[in-house]
Amino acid sequence: MNRTNRVLLKGNEAAVYGALLAGCECYFGYPITPASEIAHASARLFPAMGRVFIQAECEIASINMVMGASAAGKRVMTASSGLGISLKQEGVSYIATAELPCVIVDVMRGGPGLGNISPEQADYNQVVKGGGHGGYRCIVLSPGSVQEMCDLTMLAFDLADKYRTPVYVLTDGMIGQMMEKLELPEPRPRRMPPAWSLDRNVSADNWISSIYMDPVDLEETNRRLNRKYDEIREKEQLVEEFMMDDAEYAFVAYGIASRMARSAVDELRKQGVKIGLVRPKTLFPFPENALRKAVKNGVKQFFSVEMSNGQMIDDVRLAIECARPVALINRMGGNVPTVEEIVNRTMDVIKGGK
Amino acid sequence: MSEKIKLGRPAGFFDVFERRPGAIKKNMHYCPGCGHGVLHKLIAEAIADLGITHRVVLAAPVGCAVFAYYYFKCRSIQCAHGRAPAVATGLTRSNPDDVIISYQGDGDLASIGFNHILQAANRGENMTVFFVNNAIYGMTGGQMAPTTLPGQKTQTSPLGRDVLETGYPIRVCEMISQFDAPVYVERCALTSFKNIMAARRAVRKALQNSMDKKGFSLVEFLSGCPVNLKMNAHDMSEFIETKMTKFFPLGVYLDRAAEREPIVRAEMNYDADKIKSLLYPEEIQSELGDYKCSSPVFDKECRVKISGFGGQGVLSLGYILAILGKQRNFNVSWLPSYGPEMRGGTANCSVVFSKSHIGSPEAAENCDMLVCMNQPSVEKFLPILKAGGVLVYDSSTVKLPEGAAKDHYVYGLPASDLANHLGDLRAANTVMLGAIAAVMADNFLDDADKANLDTAMIEAVREMFAKKAKAADINIEAYKTGKEKIEFKSVPKA
Ligand SMILES: Cc1ncc(C[n+]2csc(CCOP(=O)(O)OP(=O)(O)O)c2C)c(N)n1
Ligand code: SF4
Ligand SMILES: [Mg+2]
Repeated sequence: MNRTNRVLLKGNEAAVYGALLAGCECYFGYPITPASEIAHASARLFPAMGRVFIQAECEIASINMVMGASAAGKRVMTASSGLGISLKQEGVSYIATAELPCVIVDVMRGGPGLGNISPEQADYNQVVKGGGHGGYRCIVLSPGSVQEMCDLTMLAFDLADKYRTPVYVLTDGMIGQMMEKLELPEPRPRRMPPAWSLDRNVSADNWISSIYMDPVDLEETNRRLNRKYDEIREKEQLVEEFMMDDAEYAFVAYGIASRMARSAVDELRKQGVKIGLVRPKTLFPFPENALRKAVKNGVKQFFSVEMSNGQMIDDVRLAIECARPVALINRMGGNVPTVEEIVNRTMDVIKGGK
Repeated sequence: MSEKIKLGRPAGFFDVFERRPGAIKKNMHYCPGCGHGVLHKLIAEAIADLGITHRVVLAAPVGCAVFAYYYFKCRSIQCAHGRAPAVATGLTRSNPDDVIISYQGDGDLASIGFNHILQAANRGENMTVFFVNNAIYGMTGGQMAPTTLPGQKTQTSPLGRDVLETGYPIRVCEMISQFDAPVYVERCALTSFKNIMAARRAVRKALQNSMDKKGFSLVEFLSGCPVNLKMNAHDMSEFIETKMTKFFPLGVYLDRAAEREPIVRAEMNYDADKIKSLLYPEEIQSELGDYKCSSPVFDKECRVKISGFGGQGVLSLGYILAILGKQRNFNVSWLPSYGPEMRGGTANCSVVFSKSHIGSPEAAENCDMLVCMNQPSVEKFLPILKAGGVLVYDSSTVKLPEGAAKDHYVYGLPASDLANHLGDLRAANTVMLGAIAAVMADNFLDDADKANLDTAMIEAVREMFAKKAKAADINIEAYKTGKEKIEFKSVPKA
C-alpha cells in the first residue's frame, strides 16, 4: 500500500509529527488551551512507538521531567502556553545552565494574568530574553505556517543538541489551532545518547548540575554560556525576506502577525508603496544582519507588527542601533490585526512622516 | 547480607571526592553528628553490596544534601528545590532498567515539592525516595520546616512553632501509604545502633524494590541537625527518640512489594518504516490525477465562514473543504472556533483557499461565502460577508429576516429536513456541501473545473470518511441531494 507525506494537520499536531520525525522519545506536559492538541496527539502517537508520554501534575513537574529525560540521554519535548511557560521558567534556567538539550513549544494565548485563550504574542519577552533567573538565553524559533510548525520543531531538536541548550518553538493560538496542508519530511535516524548524558552505556559516573559555589567558577560558566550565545548569534539567524530588494519601508513581523503583514505588503504595493517584510524565523538569535542590510539598502522606516505591547520593537531598534524610526503596529488581548488595519496605520505613519 | 556496618569508606563512595571544590577531598561537607552523613554511608554501602553501582542514578535535592553527587560513585543529577521526584520520573521513564534514587530533605519534599512527591508516589514510579526529616531547614540556617515539632524554636518560629498559626507537623509516611500504587513505606531513625541497623535494612529493601522494578518505595529517616537545633550529640538523639518519634512513629507503613508484578515499560521503537506507517496516511488515488483547478477566482484568497450549532458537523464541513483544497493542491487553511467559544453549543470555522499566499486563516472580514446552519449564525456573521458575497443557509433551521442579505447572492435549502429524509440527520452538513458545490459552479468556476467538480468533491468526502465506507455512501448521497435541491433566493439589490 502506498503512503503519502502530504497531509492536513493542525499546527499543534504538526509540532508533534515533527517531534516524532526528529526522533523525540519523551513528551511531558500539562493541559492548557490553546496548546492541548500537542498533548492529545502525543498521548496517541508516542506510546504507539513505545515512546514516553506523561501528563504531569503541573508545568513545573513537566519541565523537570524534561530535565530528567534529557539528562538520561533522550530527545524530549514539552509544550504549554503563557501562564504554563511562566511556571516552567525555573526549570528552564536549570536546564540551560546544566546545558541540556530540550524542545519547548509555547502556543501563546492572551495575557497577562489568566487573560484569554485567543492568540497573542506577549510571551516574547519571557521566552526570547531568557525569562527565568540568571543570564541565560534559549534559541527561539518562530514558525509562520503549519509546515513550519513541523519543520522548525525538527530543526529545534538539532539546534538543541548542537548547542546543548533549550530551544523554544514560539507560536500562537491561531497557528496552533489552524489546519493547513504540509509535506512531512523523512524520519531522522535515532540520535544516540550523548557522551555527557546519564545513559549507563556512555558513562558510569557522569553528573549534571547547575551549582557553582565558587564565584570564579560560576563566572567562568557564565562566560562559557555567553560565548555559546555569541556563536548562536553569529551562525543561526534565520529570516524570510519578502519584497525587500527595493523596499523603502519594512514590516518586521513573526508568526501569525507576519502573514497579515505579508498580505499588507501586497496591498500597499498595489497602492505604490515600496514596502517589504522581514520575517524572523529565529527570534533568538534576532535576525540583526537582515535588518542592518535593510538599512543599508535604503529602508527609511520600519514597522514592528506584533500582537503584544511593543516587545519585539526593542529588538528591532537594537538591531539597527536606532538608525531609523521604528513604528509600532500592534493588537493585544487576543485580537489579530487585520490587513486593512495594518495598511491604514502604515499609511498614517508614512503620510505623517512626509 | 552481613548485618555489620563495615568500618572505613564504603565502596559506593568515590575514593577521593574530586568534585568537592577546595582542599578537602577526603571528607564530606556535613557537620559532625549530621544525619545526612550517616545515611550517605548506609546508601553507599548498600549500592556496593547490592552490586548496582552501574545501575544507580542519584537525583540530589536542594538542601544540605545538594552536594550528594560529590560522593556517590554513580551517575547523578542535581535538581531544583523540591523537583527531584519529577526529574527522577523523567529518568526512570527514559531508562527503566536504572535504579533511581530521589534523595530529599523535609523542606524539599514536604513543602516546596510536596505535590511532586505525592504525584510520583501515586503514579507508582519505579524509584526509591530517601527522605531526611530533620525537622528543620538545615541548609538555609534553621528555619521552620513542615515537620518542625509543635513548640520547637527555629529562626522563623522564634517563640516555638505555634500550631494554630502554622499547622501541625506533616506526616509523610502516613500520607503516602494511603495511596494504592506505592509498594513500600517505612520510617526509621538515625540514632541508636538498633535504629541504624533497621535503617540499613530499609535502605536495602527499598533499593531491592527498585532493582526488581516493583515501583515506588519511600524511607523516611528521622535525622539530627545538631547545628541548627543547637544540641549536642546526646541531646540530639534524645530529641529524636523521645520527641520526634511521638509525632513520627517508627515502623513499616506499607510493604506489598512481594505481591506486585515488576513494572514493564514498552521498548522504544526506532524503526523508520513504523514511524512512517504511523504518521503518513494511505495514499488515495484520484481519478483526476493531479488535476489543479484553473478558475481564476482562486488566484487570490477566497474566504468561507461556516457556522451553526455544535453537533451539526460545521467543523467537519469545513474540514471536507480543506481536504478538497489539499487534494487539488490549493493553499488552504482551516481554523475552528475553540475553547469557551465552543461552549453554549455554537461552532464555526473559517476556510480560506488560494493559489498564492494565505494571510489570515480567520475569515474575520470580507468573506466571500457564508454558510449558516442556525439562526444565531446569520445575525453574527452576515456583517462580515462582503457586498456581492454568497450566503447559503439551511432553511429548515434558519429563517432569513425580512430585508436581510440584500447586498448578497442568497441560496437556501432545507438541509436538515433533507438529511432526515435520507435517514441521517448528521448528513445535513454534506447536504450543505452539495449546495456549496452548486453555488461554486454557478458563480465561481470555469468550465474545466465545473466538469471535474463532482469527482473532486466526492473524493474529498471519501477521504473524510476513509475508514467508514457506509458513512461515505450516505454522505455522497447527501451531497448529491444538496446539489440538486438548492434554491436560488435572491441577488444583490443594489
Ligand atoms: C526555589 C527555592 N526556594 C528557596 C531556596 C532556598 N533553600 C535552599 S535549601 C532550603 C531548605 C532545605 O531544607 P530541607 O529540605 O529540610 O533540607 P536540609 O538542609 O534540612 O537537609 C531552602 C528553603 C531554593 N534553593 N530554591
Ligand atoms: S546544617 Fe544540619 S542538616 Fe545541614 S549539614 Fe549541618 S547538621 Fe546536617
Ligand atoms: Mg530539613
